Amino acid sequence: MSDQAVAEYTVARGKAKSFYPRYERKSELQHQTHFCPGCGHGNIHKMLAAAIDELGVQDRTIMIGPVGCGVFTYYYFDVGNVQAAHGRAPAVATAMRRSRPESIVISYQGDGDLSAIGSAEILHAANRGENITVIFVNNAVYSMTGGQAAPTTLLGQKSTTTPNGRSPAAGEGYPLHVSELLATLEAPVYIERVGLGDNKQIAQAARAIKRAVENQVRGLGFSLIEVLSPCPTIWKQTPVEAQHWVRDVMEKTFPLGVFCDRTKERGPQALERLAARAAQPEPALADLPRILGVAEEDLPEGHAHAIAPEQTVDMQVRIAGFGGQGVLLLGEVLAEAGLDAGLEVSWLPSYGPEMRSGTSNCHVRISREAVDSPLVSAPNVLVAMNEPSLRKFDKSVRAGGWVIYNGSEFPSDCRREGVHVLALSFTEMADAMGDKRAANMVMLGAALEIAGVLPQASVAAALRRLVKNPRWVELDERAIARGRELFKESLAAV
Amino acid sequence: MTEATKPDRGRLRIDEEECKGCGLCIEACPPKVIALSERMNRYGYRTALYAGSGCTGCGICFLVCPEPGAITVLRLVSPGATRAAEGAAA
Repeated sequence: MSDQAVAEYTVARGKAKSFYPRYERKSELQHQTHFCPGCGHGNIHKMLAAAIDELGVQDRTIMIGPVGCGVFTYYYFDVGNVQAAHGRAPAVATAMRRSRPESIVISYQGDGDLSAIGSAEILHAANRGENITVIFVNNAVYSMTGGQAAPTTLLGQKSTTTPNGRSPAAGEGYPLHVSELLATLEAPVYIERVGLGDNKQIAQAARAIKRAVENQVRGLGFSLIEVLSPCPTIWKQTPVEAQHWVRDVMEKTFPLGVFCDRTKERGPQALERLAARAAQPEPALADLPRILGVAEEDLPEGHAHAIAPEQTVDMQVRIAGFGGQGVLLLGEVLAEAGLDAGLEVSWLPSYGPEMRSGTSNCHVRISREAVDSPLVSAPNVLVAMNEPSLRKFDKSVRAGGWVIYNGSEFPSDCRREGVHVLALSFTEMADAMGDKRAANMVMLGAALEIAGVLPQASVAAALRRLVKNPRWVELDERAIARGRELFKESLAAV
Repeated sequence: MTEATKPDRGRLRIDEEECKGCGLCIEACPPKVIALSERMNRYGYRTALYAGSGCTGCGICFLVCPEPGAITVLRLVSPGATRAAEGAAA
């Protein structure tokens, strides 16, 4: 026995360094996971952590946690963690992977999450061939919520929502074979179903999970590993019985195996892609106008036309009319002009589903101070392009404010003490100038003149940015000038 | 040197505080050198207990165990070298 005592041993298998030493959960239980005894999540967590360790990618791994018992990935994995809304992990993973191309993104999802509410996300992420790794933990029920039937519930399996056993005759459908389904797509690079049913299966599961992460490290594309995983608590079995149930029962419905493997053919492609990406530098901010097809002169000119600093600015404008009357454009030109003048602005459109002839309105705020809310509930200028729009908003105009109304006869019952009115048939004015569709710009001219804040140079710059057709820019500029005149004339007439 | 005195190829360390007593390692262990303790830990679990000898260091108990750090498997450092040293000493 003395030989035993002097013999040297080293750790061959121990806690992965990709796990936190202690978990930030209930203070009494920070040394162990929240999983029930015999739960497969723990095994899968260990396999993933070992794969991350072995591939040396801990510092650039981002784990996307699901909704379900697997939600607490951020308690355990000492990597980047994001927790997604139910079923949306592949969408979040897509965004993370695309915006951080150097990262290794792992979407960890259960069968309720992935195959039910998240079936659209997983299908399209797989079909786009996103370079992510998906771990799909299938235990054939919704466990966290107490054992309701999932799309993966076996035929005849009892659950709280299939108390007589799942039956297609009762309208409960058939078990959804996610791996087989996704393997019909052309984009995925690797799809395998493994189990936690016995030693041999578990060893294979560990290999498959490592491979799925490795595929991503190599830039090969979308990999998904479906793991048949025991839930002793909901299945009402001992951990050992549950393990055997995976092998003896579950596997009959969900056969194990590789359903898709394009790693060999994708290898050269991935290398080419990587080389192409390396050769092409990241686009710089200065390149954006060229990429977006915007000419330099169209860019905002900063504070080129900044207004005097002592002038107070608080424009709260509501513009309302029918869709197609240029309501939103009027607001946009106003906001852009404010931006050009170095002010804080907001532009908030509000419209119904009809593109034309529906009602449409927008809120514009232009201020020296940061805009606290983009909503304009009490405008100091209301631009109403027709009577229904006037009647909808006229009472909201604050005292001392203005209503610019498109119509020569202002409805008498809309007149209010302390609210100024400029009522003219702006459509006719615009028609006389060449196109009645320019009525919005005539009204904008009047509004600008009333506010008396924004320099014409800023308005002209905004117009050039927002209106592409030079003929229209010219007409709109004339229309705005006409609007300014009309307002001045109306004051002179009083 | 006789067979009986040769050091085991492996050893186990089991964290009684982390183990939840699911028994999967006991089922999985090929040489059957793990059992459940008679005594309960302070969370009310009878935990896995290494018999003290006979471990081959295969590591399957580690893989089937759902807890990240409940089981640590150790392996004898280069048993060939140890035997050679024993031979030289004899």
